[in-house]
Amino acid sequence: MVSKRIRKRDSIRNHSAESALFMRRTLVVFISIIIAIGILITNLYYLQISSFESFQTRSNDNRISVQSVPPNRGLIYDRNGIILAENRPIYSLQVVVKNTKNLDQKVDKLRELLSLTDDEIENFNSRNQYARSYRPVLLRDQLTSEEVALFTVNQHRFKGFSIKANLKRFYPFGDSFTHVLGYIAKINSNDLKRIEEKGDTAKYRGTRFIGKLGIEKYYEEILHGQPGQRQVEVDSWGKVIRVLNFTAPVPGKDIKLNIDIQLQLKAQKLLGDTRGSAIVMDTRTGGILALVSNPSYDPNLFVQGISSKDYNALLNSSDRPLINRATQGRYPPASTIKPQMALLALDTKTITEHTTISDPGWWIVPGSKRRFRDWKVWGHGEVDVNHAIEQSCDTFFYDASYKMGIDRINPFMQLFGFGHYSGLDLGEESKAIMPSREWKRARYNAPWYDGDTISIGIGQGYWTVTPIQLTQATATLARRGEVIAPNILHSIVSQGGTYNPPSEILTPVTLKDDHYWDIALNAMYGVTSKQTGTAHRAFSDTSYTVAGKSGTAQVIDIKEDEEYDAESLKENQRDNAMFVAFAPFESPELVATVILENAGGGSSNAAPIVRELFDEYFDHIKTKDLVSF
Amino acid sequence: MVSTKAQKSIFYRLHIDPWLLLGIFSLMTLSLITLYSVSPDWVIPQIIRLVIAISVMIVMAQIPPDVYQRWTPAIFIVCVLLLVAVLVFGHTGKGAQRWLDLGFTRFQPSEIMKLIMPFAVAYYISQYTLPIRINKAFVALIVVMVPTLLIAKQPDLGTSILVASSGMFALFLSGLSWVYIGIALTATLAFVPILWFYLMHDYQRSRVMTLFNPEADPLGAGYHIIQSKIAIGSGGVWGKGWQHGTQSQLEFLPERHTDFIFSVFSEEFGFIGVLLLISIYLFIIGRGLWIANKAQDAFTKLVAGSITLTFFVYIFVNIGMVSGLLPVVGVPLPLISYGGTSIVTLLAGFGVLMSFNTHKRFNSK
Repeated sequence: MVSKRIRKRDSIRNHSAESALFMRRTLVVFISIIIAIGILITNLYYLQISSFESFQTRSNDNRISVQSVPPNRGLIYDRNGIILAENRPIYSLQVVVKNTKNLDQKVDKLRELLSLTDDEIENFNSRNQYARSYRPVLLRDQLTSEEVALFTVNQHRFKGFSIKANLKRFYPFGDSFTHVLGYIAKINSNDLKRIEEKGDTAKYRGTRFIGKLGIEKYYEEILHGQPGQRQVEVDSWGKVIRVLNFTAPVPGKDIKLNIDIQLQLKAQKLLGDTRGSAIVMDTRTGGILALVSNPSYDPNLFVQGISSKDYNALLNSSDRPLINRATQGRYPPASTIKPQMALLALDTKTITEHTTISDPGWWIVPGSKRRFRDWKVWGHGEVDVNHAIEQSCDTFFYDASYKMGIDRINPFMQLFGFGHYSGLDLGEESKAIMPSREWKRARYNAPWYDGDTISIGIGQGYWTVTPIQLTQATATLARRGEVIAPNILHSIVSQGGTYNPPSEILTPVTLKDDHYWDIALNAMYGVTSKQTGTAHRAFSDTSYTVAGKSGTAQVIDIKEDEEYDAESLKENQRDNAMFVAFAPFESPELVATVILENAGGGSSNAAPIVRELFDEYFDHIKTKDLVSF
Repeated sequence: MVSTKAQKSIFYRLHIDPWLLLGIFSLMTLSLITLYSVSPDWVIPQIIRLVIAISVMIVMAQIPPDVYQRWTPAIFIVCVLLLVAVLVFGHTGKGAQRWLDLGFTRFQPSEIMKLIMPFAVAYYISQYTLPIRINKAFVALIVVMVPTLLIAKQPDLGTSILVASSGMFALFLSGLSWVYIGIALTATLAFVPILWFYLMHDYQRSRVMTLFNPEADPLGAGYHIIQSKIAIGSGGVWGKGWQHGTQSQLEFLPERHTDFIFSVFSEEFGFIGVLLLISIYLFIIGRGLWIANKAQDAFTKLVAGSITLTFFVYIFVNIGMVSGLLPVVGVPLPLISYGGTSIVTLLAGFGVLMSFNTHKRFNSK
């Protein structure tokens, strides 16, 4: 130190020069500082004054968030106003972690009050890990009202815990209406894509469920409603600070179906454990009063998300409960289409009202040795068209169809709806198969043989129909050629009146002579009213008149490899029992179709069910209607 | 100092400069107002820190310049050793080793280095006549660079910049030839690529990248700077009003009470408030430079000038970074940001200025 001091003294210091130098440098520095601050201020001027509006907008975009408030879904009623699909409040217990202390301890305490499984707690903990602390995290779903009460009384002990009520779709009648109503379930990626394609993204923002099947899907637009909007101020975590603006959602419209709950439940009960389908339709309006496909399943399973175990059980069941047999089940129509076949024979002058053939119990294709059997081994003897329908003579129709040929049968049967969608307001429907030469060529790359036509003559062979097609075709008979589209929706409750289904233009069936209708319909009346009619026993002593036709379809040796076919169920190869009917005969009001898989003869098994359905309607429901109207 | 007898009788005897004190108190008031708006919880702890810092300032003002000069080499060497110790034993916080745990307290030697650096350079330079010659300047440069690199290695880019600049300012004020300054600047520019590719950490690089294009990653690296610019810009001329800054109140702004407090202030008080704040700063800087010029010898001149300039660098870097002109390097806004160490260091610096201004040196003239 000392030596340095001495050295310092060596050079003569010029203090005033040093001060001047320092002053100059300080001046440079000060000017530089002024310039630097000028730059800062210029930049701040640019931000705060020149770009003010843009930054103000961005600041508002930050803090203001528009949330969609999903609408409540419309309810579904039966024709009497009984609720078939409703929205029930369900209660869940949730926790805002930010507002609670000693979380684990409190959860333990909660276990003394409510039954909490280890799984539920584990799920809660894993959800909690990824959630932000101010967001409510689900702890327990679907509390019973007892549990809600129990928790509410003790709520003060559980700060941060709260009960939240949510609306959940509920189908009070379980599996009874599944194949009509369908169900709603959580929106998945396919639904999202569809929503996007339809341009409904805004409409579904905030909605978690969508109609997946049945009426719920078909009338999704009516049932869904319009979402509301909530303009809120949020912080950077997305937490809502306050509501700035609120537009209430417009709930979905309630709808009323043509379905009559009493008839539907009756039909389901009558089918019991038998696989099959029953449809009852109003012939005057096309309104579907009952539509049952057996077996069914509980749609409520799908609302909260079905477990893969339950779903696989449904999917792999040999009874195929997921299939809507009424609209997707494809069955050979068997003898149920003989009246239509007779009409064509009359109309094409293949036969007259009085033409008879002699039936020995079999029929041979002319010029060949191929023999087709009648169901009555010893034959019907001398048979005219009336007799042939009444007693379901096969030989008569072998002969007639052979003479008419497939090229005349196919277009005529198409007029009755075979090979076409019925127009029913359900998305799930099959066209089944109305075969033709072209169809066989395309399908099997084989020519059409006469033998193919003979089978078609009695509703067998390649020909398949769905129960709804059969219902529509029978209604066309009852309406003497006027075709009507079946429909499930009766009306939109808020609009009143009756809903007109958006049906395709339905060409009526016109015959050269209206008397032909009388011939076919009288014969169908004979089926139930004459001693010799196949269904005479089933319809004895009714309070109303009935025209019907039985059918007993062979299920063996018929190949079908499409989505559903009764035939693949090889565990039982008995015949399918079928019956179609309308009543009253003079002025038809109802038409019914019953198909029972592997149940045996149509007259003995299916006809009694139709009888009971008609009784239910004419003896109970209708009389009640008269009182109430 | 030409002043009235009254001033001399009160402030001069206490070794307090009233003008500096006025500026400091103004800033502290603004700081408390802004902190209260962000969160009232921070006000009381900050007041405690301010009281401690002011006490330190007053103590520093009582120490005569000679004592500072005498103790400079020893303190500097201890401080360098502490920096080495930090690198070896230091605590890691937020990805950087800055803290030294002494058992009863943790402190950052780099903060002391910020203060001691101008003393060390001035101590060396003032042994020779001004303007400084180039060979002496080299030695001074080493004195600057050793601690700077040690701090940069922690890594603490913000502090190392402040430390380096405080040393450089002493060199500049000592009259280093413009030719050498030119050469040094050129060399620095040439050094930038080396810094970029070899010495900088990834997070530091990304901060610089973010500066040039914050919108490229609006939710990631660019988020802070975008939200800060939105806060400043949306303040407009008059601001959104006290406690009404949505960017800060709704927590869109990061580090609202520390590095980004300027954004809060700008959002709530607007361009007018910003001009007022900057004016107070300019006033303090002007007073500091005036004191430096009035100082009686090279050592005190250089120290006072460097302290004042470092104060300015704080302001410039902080405002520059929150308004998107400079990369985010973690420099607080002096006397406004919440936080203990930097306020104590800053006020200790002002205490030194006051000491220089109020003590007559024995060997003056």
